[in-house]
Parts: sequence; C-alpha cells; structure tokens
Amino acid sequence: MNKKLQHQTAPEVRMETKKLSVIYNKTVYGVRDVDLPIYTNQVTALIGPSGCGKTTFLRSLNRMHELLPHALVTGQALLDGQDIYASKIDPVVIRRKVGMVFQKPTPFPSKSIYDNVAAGMKLVGIKKKSILDGVVEKALRDAALWDEVKDRLKSPGGSLSGGQQQRLSIARALAVEPEVLLMDEPTSSLDPNSTTRVEELIRELRQQVSIVIVTHNMQQAVRVSDYTAFFFVGEMVEHSPTKDLFEQPKEERTVEYLSGAFS
Amino acid sequence: MNIRYRYLRDKVILAVIVALTLTVVIPLAIIIVYVIVNGISAINIDFFTQELGSPSRAMLGRPTGLMHSIIGTILIDLTALVIALPFGLATGIMMSEYPEHVFAPIARLLTSTLNGMPAVLMGLLAYALVVKNTGGFSAFAGSCALAFVMMPIISKSTESILKITPWSLREAGLSLGLPRWRVTLSLVFPAARGGILSGVLLAFARAAGEAAPLMLTSFGNNYLTLSMSKPMDTLPQRLYSLAISPYRNWHAMGWAGAIVLLLFVMLTFLIGRITVQNMKRKARRLSNNT
Repeated sequence: MNKKLQHQTAPEVRMETKKLSVIYNKTVYGVRDVDLPIYTNQVTALIGPSGCGKTTFLRSLNRMHELLPHALVTGQALLDGQDIYASKIDPVVIRRKVGMVFQKPTPFPSKSIYDNVAAGMKLVGIKKKSILDGVVEKALRDAALWDEVKDRLKSPGGSLSGGQQQRLSIARALAVEPEVLLMDEPTSSLDPNSTTRVEELIRELRQQVSIVIVTHNMQQAVRVSDYTAFFFVGEMVEHSPTKDLFEQPKEERTVEYLSGAFS
Repeated sequence: MNIRYRYLRDKVILAVIVALTLTVVIPLAIIIVYVIVNGISAINIDFFTQELGSPSRAMLGRPTGLMHSIIGTILIDLTALVIALPFGLATGIMMSEYPEHVFAPIARLLTSTLNGMPAVLMGLLAYALVVKNTGGFSAFAGSCALAFVMMPIISKSTESILKITPWSLREAGLSLGLPRWRVTLSLVFPAARGGILSGVLLAFARAAGEAAPLMLTSFGNNYLTLSMSKPMDTLPQRLYSLAISPYRNWHAMGWAGAIVLLLFVMLTFLIGRITVQNMKRKARRLSNNT
C-alpha cells in the first residue's frame, strides 16, 4: 500500500537538466543532450559502461568540470528552477548547494577530523565555536561516524581507515548543508564492510538531501537508488524508477547492458 | 640469458654510477679541504669581532676581522628574502594554480629567462632601478639585486611543488563551495609547504654566494654599518676584494671568510633539510592510512 502510494505521488523535482551537453576541445562530446530530473529526497543512480559519460554528467551538475580547460557546457541545468549556467551565477555558490563526494576518500591530510568537517564553514569565515561544534557533531552523526571518532576529534583525518575517511568526506560535504549531494563511485575504493555501511548511509541520507550516485555496480544501484538512469556512449538512454528499469527495461540497449552483453 | 651475465652487468652499471658521482663529489671535497687548510690560521676571536679597517691594520699586526662582512651578509640576504618572498610565491601560485590566466604564460617565460640570466645583470638592473634613483650605493640596493636572483628560483620551485600536490585536494575544497583563492591558500599551500620551504632556502643559499650583483649595488665597506641606506660589506664580495689585494694577511683572511661563507650556506641547507624532513615525518604520520 505504502509503496503504491509512493509511486502515485510524483516526487518534487530538485534539479533538472535540459539538453545538457559537455563538449571537450570543441568537438568531443562527453555527454550529449541529456534530459534528466533529479527528485527531492530520492536517490538517483547513474549506471552504464566505462566511458559512457556518467561521471562527466555528474560533474556538470556542480560545475566541477570547469576546472578542466577546454570543457564547454551547452543546454541547461536547473537547480530549483534556476539555471546554474546562467551568466551571473557564481560556481562557488552552486557548489555550496550541490556538494560532492569523490571516488577516493579525500580528507585534508594536515587537518584534524574536526577541522575537516568544519572546513567548509571555517574557511568562509564562520569561526564561532558554539556554531561549529554543533555543525560538526550533526554532520558526523549524519555520516554515521560520530560514535567512532567523538573521542578523537583532534586527531588527523588521515589517521582513519579508508571507510571512515569516506564517511568523513561525506560528513564534510553534509556540513555545509547542500540540497543535492553528488557521489562519484563512493564505494569503489572500499572493502565490502565499509561499502555496506556507506550504502546504508546513503539510504538514510536521502531524508535530508537529494542524492545522485554514479556506480559501476548494478547491484549497488538496485540496493541504494529510487531512480536509475542508464548512460551509454554519452547519451542518457533510459530513466525510470529503479525497480522498473531493472525489471522491465524499455530500451534494447538497456536490456543488453543489464544482461551482460557488454560492460 | 645467462643469470651471471645479468649480475655482472648490474655491477658494472652500479660502478659507473658510483664513479660519476665521485667525479662530482671529489672536487667539492677538495675545495672544502683547500679552503679550510688555507683559512683556518686566520680564524680567531678578532676575525669575528673586528672590522677590516685600512690595510695598515693588517700590515702592523693590529686587530682586524670580517665582523662587518658577516653582519652585512646576514642583513642584506635576509632583507632580500623578505623582498623576494611575496613576489616569488605569488608568481609560483599564478603559474601553477591559474594556468588559464593571461599572465601565466608570460610569467613562465620571464621566470625561465630570469633564472638563466647571469647574476651580474641583476646587479645592473638594481643599479639602474635603485642606485640611480636613490643617489648612491646602498645595502638596500644590494638586497634588491639579490632579491632578483632569488625570485625566479622561488617561483619555479613553488610552481613545481604546487603542481605535484594531488588534484583531488583542490576538487575536495572546491566541492565544498570554497572560493579558489581560499582553496589555494588554506588547502593546497599547507599541503606543499615543506617543498616550498626547501625551494626558498635553496634560493636563499644560492643568493648568499653571489658577489657579482653586489658590486654595483651594496658596493662594499671596510667598516661596520647597520644602515641599509649606506654601502655595506658582504662576504662573497669581500672574498673577491681580499683575494685580489696585494697583502698576504688579507689573502689568509679571505680564505677564512670563505670558510664562514661555506658554513653559512651549508647551515642554511642543513636547517632546510631538517625542517623538511620533520614536516615529511609529520605528514606521513597524518596520512599513514592512505
């Protein structure tokens, strides 16, 4: 009954791309004409073979690819109805609303656990300890790391295990309270136990943030996501609720990919 | 493939490497020994506590020394470092962190050119810019000349160190919505500070040994002065003038001055090495799990 209800009420759109293309060196399309909605408090998984453009697409959602010279974006990416590529929009503001977690855990090596989580606030001038303490604790709790590190917040971020470091990276991203969290294969460098923990975490986090996750692992998409988009050679082939995409794919290429015809 | 032949080849190549290394190290050792042998006799308390004064002091056996040159070297070199540091670091950051900026390729070209330029030209530049405009030789002009020597070395080393700090660090910072300058100063720079420091010390030590740029700028002085607006003495330049002087006692003092200069430079490198190693050890401890 509950499940049925969930499908009937169409979720609210938080982000949406319209004919979004990323072009390298003026000629090579990273992705081409992608129309994709990202729903509020839902997990959207991007799957597809290597080099299909899922990471490129993901990075275009917070203007991260702009760090690469010769990358150009056409089309629109709307966040709450506003095009993040509009001329007067500052990418710094966008990245504050659309956070990111990377493939490899990236704690700031010279900073303590506390300062890692507080970095996003502290480095823009919020120095008040009472505020920071609260933010750090909430972010670490949300990232399911608090109990493991609460007694050693002063020790360096690099001293944690790989799985903990990844949850620290998630906590750091959550601390600035983004609306959307982009995750680029967040478990690919983790062992199975840590992977399970991060997957559970993703399921819980969608209560407070809309998540887009790139994954190589189809089972992972099934486990963590509500919606799945299948990418192939720079195109978004199919997008539907995860259950539907895996059980009744509409497109021939999706069927072939899911059946392992190519990977 | 005969395994003994492979072992033999390994040994031969190692022997060649050792031989070539010795070719570099032996002359250096000879220089150091030669300087010490010739100069040690002139090192005494007076050497560190007296000014040089007129030649008659040395001829009559009155107390004379290079205290003023040692102090002058330290003053001029440190001032030069203070001048060179902001420019050198900023240029290094520009070349590494803002490669798309119009100034970046220009800065790169100029830095490479400046790096290969004979130091005496830096002296001429400081002469034209500072000495001419301030009305005379001064320690400050010397500092400017040495700063020109240091700048390209600092910016080149800063650029290369920043370039090898992981890209992921910048992305992690930017993804938090931090502005680019903040990411550079608060995340990238601290991660690279050991390497940057060793580059700065390298530049400092290199400039500390330069005599040519100082001849037309700080000029030299037989007496002690602490005023940056007056001509001041430095060890490298004093070595030169003592060496070409006609007095035997001064030759010995020149050798002694060389010992002090050598120690000064070596000490700089030593401090640099120890600091960098401490930082590395700390960094390793911080990231022993990655």
